[in-house]
Amino acid sequence: MASNGNNSERHRIAHQRLRIIAGHLLNEEYRGTTRIFANDCKAKLTDTNPIVSRTVPRKRQEIMKWNGWGYSDSRFLFNKKGQAEFTGKRYRLSGMIMPGLKDWFEGTFGASLLHKTPATTAVNTSMVQPPSLNEDFIQELKTTGVPFSLDPEDRVFRAHGHCLYEIFSLREGKIGRVPDMVVWPNSHNDVMKIVELACQHNVCLIPYGGGTSVSSGLECPPEESRSIVSLDTSQMNRILWIDEKNLTAHIEAGIVGQDLERTLNACGYCTGHEPDSMEFSSLGGWVATRASGMKKNIYGNIEDLVVRVKMVTPRGVIEKSCQGPRTSTGPDIHHFILGSEGTLGVITEVTMKIRPIPEHKKYGSVVFPNFEQGVACLREVARHRCAPASIRLMDNAQFQFGLALKPQVSSIFTSFLDGLKKLYITKFKGFDPHRLCVATLLFEGPRERVLQHEKQVYDIAAKFGGLAAGEDNGQRGYMLTFVIAYLRDLGMDYSVIGESFETSVPWDRVLDLCRNVKERIVKECKERGVQFPPLSTCRVTQTYDTGACVYFYFAFNYRGLSNPIHVYEQVEHAAREEILANGGSLSHHHGVGKLRKQWLKESISGVGIGMLKSVKEFVDPNNIFGNRNLL
Amino acid sequence: MESKTLYSQRDPSLKKRDDFEDILEERRNSSDLRYALRCYTPVLYKGMTPCKTTILKTIVLQSDQLHYVINQVAKETGEASDIIQEEAVNILEEMAHRLQLSTIRFFAFTLSKAFKTLFQSVRVNEEGIQRLQQAIQEHPVVLLPSHRSYIDFLIMSYILYTYDLALPVIAAGMGKYLGSYFLGMKFIGEMLRMSGAFFIRRSFGGDKLYWAVFSEYVKTMLRNGYAPIEFFLEGTRSRTCKSLTPKLGLLNIVMEPFFKGEVFDVSLVPISISYERVLEETLYARELLGVPKPKESTSGLLKARRILSEDYGSIHVYFGQPVSVRSLAQGRINRSQYNLVPRYIPRKPSEETQGFVNDTAFKLVRKQEENMVLRPWVLIAAILMQNLDGIDSALLTEQTAWLRGLAQAFGAFLDWPGQEPVGKVVSSSLSLHHGLVRVAGGRVQLAQELQETASPKEALFNHAVCVLSCASYRNQILHVFLRPALLALAMDTAATSRKDDVYSSFVYLRNVFSNEFILCPGAMVQDFEEACYLLMKCGAVQILKQDIVVTERGQPVLSFLSGMLEPFLQGYQVVCRYFSEEVSEGLAEKQYIPAVRSFAVKCILSDSIRCYEALSSDLQKNALAALLRMNALRKAKVADQATLKVNKMVVKTLEDTLGGKVPAQKPVLARL
Repeated sequence: MASNGNNSERHRIAHQRLRIIAGHLLNEEYRGTTRIFANDCKAKLTDTNPIVSRTVPRKRQEIMKWNGWGYSDSRFLFNKKGQAEFTGKRYRLSGMIMPGLKDWFEGTFGASLLHKTPATTAVNTSMVQPPSLNEDFIQELKTTGVPFSLDPEDRVFRAHGHCLYEIFSLREGKIGRVPDMVVWPNSHNDVMKIVELACQHNVCLIPYGGGTSVSSGLECPPEESRSIVSLDTSQMNRILWIDEKNLTAHIEAGIVGQDLERTLNACGYCTGHEPDSMEFSSLGGWVATRASGMKKNIYGNIEDLVVRVKMVTPRGVIEKSCQGPRTSTGPDIHHFILGSEGTLGVITEVTMKIRPIPEHKKYGSVVFPNFEQGVACLREVARHRCAPASIRLMDNAQFQFGLALKPQVSSIFTSFLDGLKKLYITKFKGFDPHRLCVATLLFEGPRERVLQHEKQVYDIAAKFGGLAAGEDNGQRGYMLTFVIAYLRDLGMDYSVIGESFETSVPWDRVLDLCRNVKERIVKECKERGVQFPPLSTCRVTQTYDTGACVYFYFAFNYRGLSNPIHVYEQVEHAAREEILANGGSLSHHHGVGKLRKQWLKESISGVGIGMLKSVKEFVDPNNIFGNRNLL
Repeated sequence: MESKTLYSQRDPSLKKRDDFEDILEERRNSSDLRYALRCYTPVLYKGMTPCKTTILKTIVLQSDQLHYVINQVAKETGEASDIIQEEAVNILEEMAHRLQLSTIRFFAFTLSKAFKTLFQSVRVNEEGIQRLQQAIQEHPVVLLPSHRSYIDFLIMSYILYTYDLALPVIAAGMGKYLGSYFLGMKFIGEMLRMSGAFFIRRSFGGDKLYWAVFSEYVKTMLRNGYAPIEFFLEGTRSRTCKSLTPKLGLLNIVMEPFFKGEVFDVSLVPISISYERVLEETLYARELLGVPKPKESTSGLLKARRILSEDYGSIHVYFGQPVSVRSLAQGRINRSQYNLVPRYIPRKPSEETQGFVNDTAFKLVRKQEENMVLRPWVLIAAILMQNLDGIDSALLTEQTAWLRGLAQAFGAFLDWPGQEPVGKVVSSSLSLHHGLVRVAGGRVQLAQELQETASPKEALFNHAVCVLSCASYRNQILHVFLRPALLALAMDTAATSRKDDVYSSFVYLRNVFSNEFILCPGAMVQDFEEACYLLMKCGAVQILKQDIVVTERGQPVLSFLSGMLEPFLQGYQVVCRYFSEEVSEGLAEKQYIPAVRSFAVKCILSDSIRCYEALSSDLQKNALAALLRMNALRKAKVADQATLKVNKMVVKTLEDTLGGKVPAQKPVLARL
């Protein structure tokens, strides 16, 4: 499938386009590398010529950490000089030094570089329980030719998502219930066979996409006595066809976000769906958890992007018979699939909206004197329905955090400029550096429109005392969301644990909710004996007509605590209660999983639970999809 | 072993309380002027800057809540909304405070002078001040002082100024008729306004607009944390020195911002102001007896300058532990009930919320009671009230010493002067209260002005003034003895010594008196257990598995305790008798107080009772409320007049039960 000489010109163009791909994601040097094997786009292709691009191998542990976030080669560390450094070559921040991080880290958490809490280096396979196998199932599976593995490392890798306690246990070498085997179907038909066999032999199936769950969704129920099979969809990652007339693409559900985007980009298209986890999370996972992308203002959330879904259930395949853009055919069956969190079946193929790659893309940022003004501005932007592709508002603590991640500046001139800017904002404009906050913006579209749009937004911001603070700050803000997950691993190296969680809330309660939840976290930590005040910070990450999505980061130094994870869980629990008491939702996009299911009933009422139960009852009476999420 | 630790935890005598500092001491040694002009820089909530009163008014007038109500009222009345808006502006104008530092400084100066002449000392627990200072910085603070005197809030502001704390804004009642209370004293009213008082009409029942302006005004100040909010839970000055049943309106308002998530928490600070001698002492007794009081006016207050020549002893101000609304509400209030309706639409609090606010109010009043400082005179008054014919002074000394021990065992907050012998303490107390007691020929007796010309009725009232004044001192310590005393009374009235029967009796009495004393609603079992524990601890009773048995040395304790409640028991009986003997068809509610009063006068003059409390309008009102609550009476409208209809059966039963003629009903019935 590799490109050949006579279309090298097209190849070149494709590469050029590739450079536009999620700029915050990729290393600038990537142009010279050969890491990405995007296939040449055959624009008028049919379903006989699917587009493949594989970056996730079956042996995930070959490129990814088994007990932390992301690629094995990319991590934060404090070097011998005590300076923070980000390793690898994949990200813009890779190979850079962040001189401010150490002070921020020590100052914020009261942590010390002298107190390391290193992780176990390798999986202790002897700790992994031997697989409990269903021999009949295996025998029949062998006849289908679907690859599978009983290897402990493969199984451990698929036994967890990225909840704090999951990673913390792995770092300590503690391993609980893990799947008994892993299967890698290659297509929809493979999945049909596997599900059929599972039903026949009463085997528990847990679908696995990108493994980025933060809702305990992938945790194997310890009480499950049947053989658990992890169904890894990562090999089902082809774009089966692109329909340029209707602007749709039919894609296998195992494809991960970055591959999908990169491959479509090569054809001149994008989906525009960019959740923060898009490097690793999969299309099927997005559908199954009702994911949200940062550019939803232009492209929509996953439920807006999906045109048609195919899901294999114990009862057979569920799908719609047409691709009409909207139908009135009773309750939308897609909404049983969206957010089903692997409890009803495996999503195998998705027809999705695509858009031409935007002509122009521009970052921006605005500094506000305080968070209240910032929120008021976002509310106004939402009222005018003129939100750019992305608009996010960080609170002061997160702004400080962002500053700490600023890489070493190369020239005296830029540092001089930075100083001047700071002087202007704090002294001349009278902003209090301990109260100001920053909104980051991303505009996309035709050049003219972007410029016009930009002006409109900055004009509104000015009404709320906002000052434009440059493209650079904006871009760095977005880059942070991709590296922040790596930072948690650094924290854990020095006895700092943390997590993020999110909610959505009506506009009139945004400020109250942010303040109360942050304060609740601080209070709970104090009451539970956390020695140093925690980092408790938030940002507004999405705007809607009637409300916003708020994202919290929470981390603390656990030195002196005998059971840090328990303390952490209690605080997180309290924070969620506070969110609900203040009118926030149970989740905006992370999902319910097992972590939040205790609150589902009060969120959707007893009747609502009953409806979901009866669907489950019909679709999967023997609980083959037994991950026990949601209900 | 386990029960022992449980008991010791709630042993009231082990309660730790702070020490006091006299703030007048420094005033006596340095310049008042310099003090009044000194640099005043209080810490504020989250470093807020204080808000100008005009800005505050603007925020209130522009609030969503007020807009909503204005539009609603406009729709209902058909008036243009800007006319209603105008009305709202006027209401706010009439209500709002105009806190000014210069006025505070003026008061700081004049009050220093006045306090130094009036009082020996003004003592404050500084640890409480420190806690308050901390609380002010963390959350909006509500100050809840007890209310015994006009000068309560002057004292409060004076102390906060002295300690460089944020000055409070104070809710002051305006009287039923505009201008009859403080506002009437035009000049003083304006002065108080400028020292942070804001004025609320006494009754505005159905006036939606008034309520909206008022509640939004209070909530705006609270939400923004501009200043601590101060109000009196009891609603009005207690004329009897007993704490009054708390009013819930303002407490509801200050809690709402927490319920609705507008603030993280609210700190409620109970404050106990105890006077060795209340300035209004005999004034109150006259009021209770319906002897016309001098009209409250500026000139009247000036005449009160006579007061300045008297010695009023010491004042103790105890700032209690701040109480977090958040922790109280934990598990009791489901805040998400406020999430589905816009928060600016006023809604009646749910039953759950009302219950919670009510419980909280009682808790806070009990905190106020607990931290009231009691002087020896209070013990003496309690003894004198059981010896209205006088008592031998040696015996008085002996009994005072005994009662002191009992009070301490029950956790009273006694301020006993150092190592002085009891006799000396008693005699100096007697001399401070020379207006109320006479010592003659080794006997101590309540003062009685004997006027030759007076009719028996006049003589009776003269004596009653003295008795009720003295009773107000006894009342100060009632809360310490209340529960054991109810138990003692229950043991008297119960037919047997069986625990169950005593408990029924206890619950019955507790129910009868729940308007008279501060008894937390629903806390029957706790109160009973507390009473049992205290009596057991002082050796008065033995609690067996099934029975409660009086010990030999317990008899005097029990009879003293039940003697303490005797006047109330008798007073209620008089009211019952009145209804069963004198009322046939019904009684206009307006007639109630004068009618019962003359009935009581008749009874006393005919020597059938000796209970002067029956003359007190406070007791009469409480008894009325109890009778209504217990369905012995009901209110009906007859010819446009609120009329009380009697259920003779119930009244008779109540009378007989209180008289000990029949045992108390089962609690199940009693609760009905």
